[in-house]
Parts: sequence; structure tokens; C-alpha cells
Amino acid sequence: MNSLKSRLPIKRRSLLKAGGTLVINFSFHPLVNGQTSNPVAGPPDPEQIDSWIAIHADNTATVFIGFAELGQGCSTALLQVAAEELDLSMAQVNTTGLDTHITPNQGGTYSSSAMRRGGPQVQQAAAEARQALLELAAQQLQVPVASLQVNNGIITSSADNNARISYGDLIGDRQFDLAFTGNAPVKNPAEYKLVATAVPRNDIPLKAAGTYRYIQHLCLPGMLHGRIVRPRGQGAYKDGVKVLSVNEASIASIPDARVIRQNDFVGVVAIREWDAVKAAQQLEVNWELPRSLPGNDNLFRQMENGDTNERVALEEGDVTAFNSAAVRTEFKATGPYQAHVPFAPNCALADVSAESALVMCSTQDVYNTRTSIANLLGMETEQVRVQYHEGAGTFGHSCWDDVAQAVALMSQLAGSPVRVQLMRWDEHGWDTYGPAHIGKAKVSADDNGKLVSYEYEGWQHHWSLIETTEQIAKGIPAAEWPPFPAQQINPLTLGGMYDIPNRYLLNHHVPGLDYLKGAWLRSPVDLSFAFVSEQAIDDLAFQLNMDPWQFRQQNISEYHWLGVLNAAAEAANWQSRPAAVNASTSGIVQGRGIGVGTHLASYGGAVAEIEVNTQTGVVNILHLTGAIDAGLVVNTSNVENQIIGQLVQTASRMLLEEVTFNTTNVTSLDWNSYPILRFEQCPEITPVIVQRLDEAPSGAGEEVMAAAAAAIANAFFDATGKRMTMYPFTPERVLATLSA
Amino acid sequence: MAELTINGATINTDASSDTPLLYVLSDELQLQGPRFGCGLAQCGSCSVLIDGIETRACVTPIANLAGKNITTLEGITTYYAAATGQERASSTPLQDALVEEQALQCGYCYNGMIIKGTELLLANPNPSETEIRSAMNGHLCRCGTYPKIISAIQKASQHMLATNNAEPACETLA
Repeated sequence: MNSLKSRLPIKRRSLLKAGGTLVINFSFHPLVNGQTSNPVAGPPDPEQIDSWIAIHADNTATVFIGFAELGQGCSTALLQVAAEELDLSMAQVNTTGLDTHITPNQGGTYSSSAMRRGGPQVQQAAAEARQALLELAAQQLQVPVASLQVNNGIITSSADNNARISYGDLIGDRQFDLAFTGNAPVKNPAEYKLVATAVPRNDIPLKAAGTYRYIQHLCLPGMLHGRIVRPRGQGAYKDGVKVLSVNEASIASIPDARVIRQNDFVGVVAIREWDAVKAAQQLEVNWELPRSLPGNDNLFRQMENGDTNERVALEEGDVTAFNSAAVRTEFKATGPYQAHVPFAPNCALADVSAESALVMCSTQDVYNTRTSIANLLGMETEQVRVQYHEGAGTFGHSCWDDVAQAVALMSQLAGSPVRVQLMRWDEHGWDTYGPAHIGKAKVSADDNGKLVSYEYEGWQHHWSLIETTEQIAKGIPAAEWPPFPAQQINPLTLGGMYDIPNRYLLNHHVPGLDYLKGAWLRSPVDLSFAFVSEQAIDDLAFQLNMDPWQFRQQNISEYHWLGVLNAAAEAANWQSRPAAVNASTSGIVQGRGIGVGTHLASYGGAVAEIEVNTQTGVVNILHLTGAIDAGLVVNTSNVENQIIGQLVQTASRMLLEEVTFNTTNVTSLDWNSYPILRFEQCPEITPVIVQRLDEAPSGAGEEVMAAAAAAIANAFFDATGKRMTMYPFTPERVLATLSA
Repeated sequence: MAELTINGATINTDASSDTPLLYVLSDELQLQGPRFGCGLAQCGSCSVLIDGIETRACVTPIANLAGKNITTLEGITTYYAAATGQERASSTPLQDALVEEQALQCGYCYNGMIIKGTELLLANPNPSETEIRSAMNGHLCRCGTYPKIISAIQKASQHMLATNNAEPACETLA
């Protein structure tokens, strides 16, 4: 059985064994994790079962989970995994919020990792807790372990009809005091009752009723309302913010409002929120605004012509085979900076004293944020407690770290608890954007339509390591993350699905300090990769007069890739024909396109049907079909929603989204200047799950976006016979492409 | 000092008259329905009903609200019952349909979707899909849940029509 366990990262320990029998040594200490009012700084020991699961006297369980509920439903899905192994009902399991004093450190909730990394750990801990409970029951009931069954936490024995005891009776509200070995057997997928079903999410009824508490709803006793004050829209990352002067008297008319400043960090606090909003707007600050950005007009020229650091990401065979191949294409295209812009701007609260700091925020990684806050405040990490509270969907590294640092600093300087709500222009203007990209693909095939060579060069900068708050308050210079591959060209999306004998991938790292801040935005840079790569592949099929689905089919042998490709095409009722046979550049034309791609794991395939108004340049996406193979899908409803969200967001990113900036500042600062897809523009969506009960979960939060971006671009070619080389497909760009 | 009528109750606030309604609802009354999203009337997360009309609380100063009936998500079941002449339930058909459809992801947009969707359904209990998209077009969702929100509004509409149709049938029987 290939279970979730196969990816278990926990270090294993040998069990204490006596005469071949597991000895359960319960200490019967009361629970500590999350059960007392004064817990100690974490993380709790991951090698103790008590760090993961607590059984209560009422026969329910609390599962301590180190992953953030980001609106993707993982807080329900991980409980499904635990309840399945413990043989509890969903009503009997609960979890707590992420908290560096309570929950285990499972790493950050990114790269679609909640089920991929979190699922196996939770499953294994639950299986081991169940095993321990059965051993204990066997001792108490005087029956063999093998005779025991569990249903909803009630243990019965086939050896004795009167033998019956509940989990709660056995250990309720006491500790297991048991090492987590990772050795307990887990269920065979054939026995799953909860896993791989559409269990309704726990949070949805509360959210529909308006009783769910988002970070924006929290308050601290005696808190002040704070706002940050910065230029409207960031400049070059290296420049941070430079204050020339602050006129504190300019807010004298607002009662109780005052300026909080450390070096170039400026904020305001007030007792009433509206006073803080007004003070932030009214405060007169002279900023130094260097003209050091390339601006949209010069962005790609500067990226391509400046100094770069090269890394060969992949080299297989000899790509000079291109020169003698029967069918060849070279294609260059670009992708813009795009923004996270959560629907609610980030918010955070802090209460910092000389001895301790409490920070409540919407970080994707409480432990990492704790380290950064401790450094900022000059405290030990153990003095800092960071809690995660859900805000609006973030889709990567939006401003949550920046606002967490800002509120901690303001609380320290103000000497009182503070709540900071970013304004819309703060979040839009000071985001760490998904970086812009230039891609060049050079691909070839033989007469029979078998791929011969694949070359790709990509230019983009890395992610920003230093947050603006620490940069401008402490004078820490801007710096990029070290060059790990997730920031660079992606060998999976860039031809990794095809059987290609000769392949060469070259990454050009553009030093990022002269550009906008960057970070991971859902399916980082993959939309741009697929936009270039899959259009080049599509062009080979076109030159060969082959149907683009069929062309891809005959170049893919890996079964997951073939599975998603075929699932998407079949669900979209794809009819075989070469692309662009009905293409036209006049009137209103329709087209369909197909694409494949992913992020770092899992597999995505998509089909798009679009309509192009060749007079106005307006593109309307009519229908998107997206298939994901994410291994075992624990909660089918959640993943269906994830696919819907990815497809709608991809439509938005391909048609509308682009960060605009001149040489001094970002200028897309709200939903008018940075529009996203609306109801009237939303395509029909068909989500498809390729379920693999016997494979490990591999993540489903972002893996069909690249495929969908490619499908939309290829549909444009099918409709018009022209290839878009930049997105988003604004009317101006579309008209320019059609007339070229 | 301003006097406001919120969910049928009279509230006095000493917030300055230029204060947008949203901050009074959130900070003084701790209501969780209307919530900050943009402060610019662009997104719909702060929506309330004012005399039955969906309104953006983030840009509506309290000075303009004397004598008006303000309904937030917290008062939506009472408002819906009064508007339809039905008994108050713990949730509206639209809220039920949103849960049935598992329509949300982060759910932050839900306040506006429920307020606007309720306004739509009370004015037009049987909207076409085009009418739904048009009515809801000023409400954004970053998670991309539009298809399921449309389905939920359609489902709520069917429920409302079935309920409305059932009443005359009962009267006929009587």
C-alpha cells in the first residue's frame, strides 16, 4: 500500500518494546498543549504524540495543526485525515488556531503544502494515537488488541460482547506521554470513509452567518488604531522610503492622533479608527522620490539588457538538433508584474512590552514571522508569540509580514497595544509582487510530430528577503532571497511533461534591487512560463497541420500528464482539428486552445474557449475546463473549489491584471487602476479532479493555472491566427497584435 | 452626537459627523458583517442596506443617516422575514444556498454578496443568470467564487419561488 506515510518527514525513533508487546506508559498528566492559560513558547516537541493530538473526556479530540486556513479548506481536510485514522466522526474532531505557543511547526503554508506535507504527519500521529488507545483498551478490558474495533471513538471487542470503552474514558484530558515514532500502520485507502469525500467545511456556516472572526474583527484591550504612512506606491526596492521632513503639526487638528516614527518608518496612531485614517491622509511628509524605476515602458528592455547571473537549470542531450529538425519555432513573450491584493488589505495587532510581544497577523508561517519580529524588536524568539488569524485570501506573500512588523514596531514605540489595518493603496502599492518575466523558447519536432529539441531562456528577479518596515526603520539594506530554484525557471512547466531527447533550460537572474519588490504569487511565474512555452509547442502542431491535443498526446508518455491532458480535453468535448482553420481578424471570432503545466508538484491540464471582438479588441473567455491530478484528494469539494478559483483567477490575470509604474512609483493603487475579473466577465467553469486513491497527496492550490494561461493564449491563436506576446490581453494589445 | 437606526435598534454615537458608517458599525458596535475592504466604494465588502438599498458603508458619513433604517448582515434574517411576510428563520434562503453550494473560499466577500444578493432577490425573485451577473457586478471576489455564488443565488431563487407558490396553494385548499 502506498499510503500518505510514504512522504512522512518526521524523524523516526524505535519504540520501547517488552517481549514483543508494546508497553503504553501513560503518565496521566493533565493536558498542556493549548489547554492552559499560560502556555510556554513553542514549538512543541514534534516527536511527542501530545504535540499533535489531545483526547478529551467527552470523547472528542483536538488536533494541533501547523497549517494556516487560507480559505482553501485545509482546516477541515486535515481534520478529515485525523478523524479517518482515529475512527471518529467529523463532529468529534476540532482544531485550534496557529500559535507559536501551541501548534507544531510544520513549516509554512505555501507551495500547496497543507495536504502534501501536513496530511501525512497528521495521519501518522492519529494512527499512532489510535494504536496507543487500543493497547490501553486491551489492558483495561482484558481482551486481545486484535479483537477490538472502533466506531466514533467507542471501542468494542469481538471477543467479549460486554467489553466497551470510549477514548474519553481511557485518557480524556490526560497526556499520552508517548513518543511519536511514525511506525503505526495507517488505513488502507479501500477502507476510507471520510477521506476522498466532500465533507462540508467547518468554517462556511459561520462565514455565511457573519459570526466568523477574521483578523479584521479582533481587538486588544486599550488598543490604539494605527495606519502606516508611506508614499503612494513603492519605488525601486533598494530605495525603500526616504523621509525628508515630517510636519507633525499638520495633524494637530485631529484629537489624540500622534505620529510614530523610527528613521524612515512613519505611522500614526489614534484612539478612534477614523481619526487614524484621517491623520494618515492629512500628515504632511516630504519624501525623497528618486527616479530609479524602469517604468512599464522600459521594463523588459532593462531586464534583458542589464547584467544577469546565469544558471543552467537543466541540460539533456544536445539542443543543436534544432538546426536540422523538420519543424522549428522560436517564440519570445513576456509576463507582467502581478499583485496578490487580498480582498481585504492585511491587518495585524500587537501588544509589545519590555518582556514580551504578542503579534496577531495573517502570516503563512508563524514561526518564521516570530523570528523576524524578534529581530526587529531586539527580543529573544521565546519572548515573542505569533498567532495566525485568517484574513482575506492571500494567494502568496502579500503584505502580511510587512504589516506584522509595522504593528509590532508601532506597539513598541507607542507603549500600548496597536491595531494596524492597511489601506487599499498600501496593499496595492507596497505588495511584494509576482515578478515580471521574459521567456524565449526554441523548440523543434520531426516530420512525424515527435519533439526533437527544447530550449528555454528566462529572465526574472528573485523574491525580496527584507520587509519594507525593517528596511526603513532599522536601515537594513534591501536584499533578495538566495537563489533557490522555486524563484527561477521551472523545469516541470517548461517542457517537463513531454518526451524530449534534447533539452536546455537557462535561467537569467536579474538582480532585483532596481525593480519592484517581489515574492511568490500563486503558481509563481508559471503563468508566464506556460504562456511562452505552450504557445511554442502549439505552433509546432500548427506547422505540422496536427490537432494540438493529439500532438501533445503523442509526445507525452508519463501517465499523470496524459491523464490531466485527456481529462481536460474530454470534459471540454474537444473535437479534433488543427488550430486556426477558421481564424479571422475581422468581426467577432471564437477559438479554443489547450495547455498543460503545473507548479512544483501535481499536474494540470486545461482547455479554453474564448471570443475576440476584433473591432474593439475585447477578449471574452467563454469557458474554462481545468483538470488537476493531485494524488489522493482528501476533500473533493475543496479541490473542486480550488480548481474553480484557479481558473477564474487565471482568466483575471490573463485579461486584466498588470501592475503599472512610472520611474518613481507604482501607480496601480486600487480596483480601478488594478482591475480584477468581475461577475459579468466570469467564464463558465468546469473543474475536473483526477483522483488517485493510492498515491500521496501532492497539492491542489495552484497547479492548473499555468495550463489555463496557455490554453487561453492558444485559443487566441485559434480564433485569430495571431499570437499574443504580452499579457494581460488588454484591448490596446489585442488590436496591435491583430494589425501587426 | 448622532442617532442611528441599526437593525431596528436606536443607537447613539458621539463619533464625528464625517465618520463613515463602517467605523461605527465595526468599532463601536462590533458588528462583523460589514467589513473594511477598500474604503473607496469599489469592492462591496462593507455593504449594508439603507432603507432597503445596498449602500457602501465605507464612504457613507453618519451625518446623512438620520431617520434611515440601516440593516447589516446581523439583521438580514429579520429584514428578510419582514420583507417576505414570513416568520424569521435563523438564516435566509441565500445563506442556506451558499452553505449548500460550499460556495466560498476565504469568505471575506460574503457580507457584500449576501446583502446585494438579498436586495436582488427581494426585488426580482426569479432573476435570469444575466440579471444576476449584472446586479452583482459591483461586488468583487479575489478567490474567484463567482460561478458558485451565481448557482447559490439561483438555488435561493428556486427556494423562494417554491415557498411563495406554496402559500396560495394552501389558501386554495383552505
